[in-house]
Amino acid sequence: MLRYTLKRALSLIISLAVASLVIFFVIEVAPGDPASYMLGINAQPDTIAALRTELGLDVSKTQRYLNWVGGMLHGDFGTSYTYRTPISEMVADRMWVSLPLAAFALVLSTVIAFPAGIYAASRRGKAGDVVLMGATQLGVAIPNFWFAMMMVLIFAINLRWFSAGGFPGWDEGFWLGIKSLTLPAISLALPQAAILARVMRSSLLDMLGEDFMRSARAKGLSRRQALWRHALRNALIPVLTIIGLQFSFLLAGGIIIEQVFFLPGLGRLVFQSISQRDLIVVESVVMLLVFSVIVVNFAVDLAYAAVDPRLRSRS
Amino acid sequence: MERTSAIVTALRSRNFVIGGALSLIFVFLALLSFIWTPYDVTTLDIAHKLQRPNLSHWFGTDHFGRDIFSMIMVGARTSIAVALLAVGMGMGLGIPLGLAAAASQGRWLDEFIMRGNDLIFAFPSLVIAILITAVFGASAVNAIVAIGIFNIPVFARVTRGAALSLWSREFILAARVAGKNTARISLEHILPNVANLLIVQGTIQFSLGILAEAGLSYVGLGAQPPTPSWGRMLADAQTMVSFAPHLALIPGMAIILTVLGLNLMGDGLRDLLDPRIRNARS
Repeated sequence: MLRYTLKRALSLIISLAVASLVIFFVIEVAPGDPASYMLGINAQPDTIAALRTELGLDVSKTQRYLNWVGGMLHGDFGTSYTYRTPISEMVADRMWVSLPLAAFALVLSTVIAFPAGIYAASRRGKAGDVVLMGATQLGVAIPNFWFAMMMVLIFAINLRWFSAGGFPGWDEGFWLGIKSLTLPAISLALPQAAILARVMRSSLLDMLGEDFMRSARAKGLSRRQALWRHALRNALIPVLTIIGLQFSFLLAGGIIIEQVFFLPGLGRLVFQSISQRDLIVVESVVMLLVFSVIVVNFAVDLAYAAVDPRLRSRS
Repeated sequence: MERTSAIVTALRSRNFVIGGALSLIFVFLALLSFIWTPYDVTTLDIAHKLQRPNLSHWFGTDHFGRDIFSMIMVGARTSIAVALLAVGMGMGLGIPLGLAAAASQGRWLDEFIMRGNDLIFAFPSLVIAILITAVFGASAVNAIVAIGIFNIPVFARVTRGAALSLWSREFILAARVAGKNTARISLEHILPNVANLLIVQGTIQFSLGILAEAGLSYVGLGAQPPTPSWGRMLADAQTMVSFAPHLALIPGMAIILTVLGLNLMGDGLRDLLDPRIRNARS
């Protein structure tokens, strides 16, 4: 396990390094100089030069890349071109909206998908299975941001159970914060739950054909007992991978959902920064998103190997 | 003779027929929009703004008085074009990479391609779109590239997985003995045998592409006005949803029906093309 962990950790570091290089160079291609953009067309050359020094733009590309990465390792993401404030502070505020939203949605989608998938698998081919699978077929076809708009129309505008958008901040109380994230989390979670329920069902059905299930039945367990005691545990392995993958989708999907509910999360920050050409903010937020995806997948890989020893010996 | 029986079998699959019909309706609307739409989508008619669906405007009009049915038709064109080109890009780059990886299994080329794949997987298409847009500005082309890049590792993986299992088969060995080189075997023997799988995957990626395009144009990273797109229509509808819900309902239904149609067609195709499932059924 240690060998495997070290090997995976090494590839994690390489992935992060390459990803940061890609992001840095894509942003580098952007035309125009941020300093002259910030100061407008009437700026004096020496003012521009001074600002370039202040922003750390007067050094070579390699040095700039090293400064950027080195800074991030210390939690310093640089200074926003537009607001002249440290990006780490801007990002930290927004993270407290985006991360809880993704986590909330992940919990919801798991809580919905597990029972649905298990039920469908245990009633394979019967009415309950057919209805549920039909519902998931519809669930994967619905764009989550459209679903979110419909939720706003029904639960915020017509029934007035929730506010149509905005976020009061966690200082106003935990439950108030949760309440304003409920509709966004549900709209993010349902389409993902549909996918997860399908994976859960088919993974369980695969297990039903295995030899150990026949042994369990031969031992005298009922179909249902065998399903709960033996099939479920083994079926969870592929389901775990999908949950890991979904986290990245939820984080990215959250960026779109934030627009529907006017939530002050990372999505707002990114779109604002794009329109203000505050590229250093875009660069850092994108790196942060990619970083979370890579780290979550790394964690899933390790969890996977911890559960299934066969994976460790391979490769 | 065999061809007719294939068509008969295909028509017997309910999923394939329903899904295919739904998808064809939207393809037809998209193609028709090139030569005819009920109204011109670029002319504003403020006098008739925000009408509910009625006889002269089947799906009503938007806040500029534009006919929504016509916009759905042109929007179908945008969605289908973006998704199709993105699938084409994913296939065009992903399949050769997958074939090459499988052919050099275990050696450095395979390792290199697969690690590159993992890396691209860490960039969701939305994140790629954000990066490209930050640098080059928003456009439908950027949406195609963003979704297309996301598709490359998907096709590379499916191709490699299926091709790997073929490389150990006797008929490949026979081709080797006959003196064919790796590239020729990949093209003449491996590719035709993984084609079915790739067609099914292509249908799935096509439907995901439609969803992704809608999401990107909703947040303003896709097709720009005045080009109508379903995602933009939804973005415009957002502030008016309380008094004109049809503005959001209709484009939403268009997206759902298209994606549902493609998914059903993909399921049907998989059942038809995968002999294991076919035999299990009969």
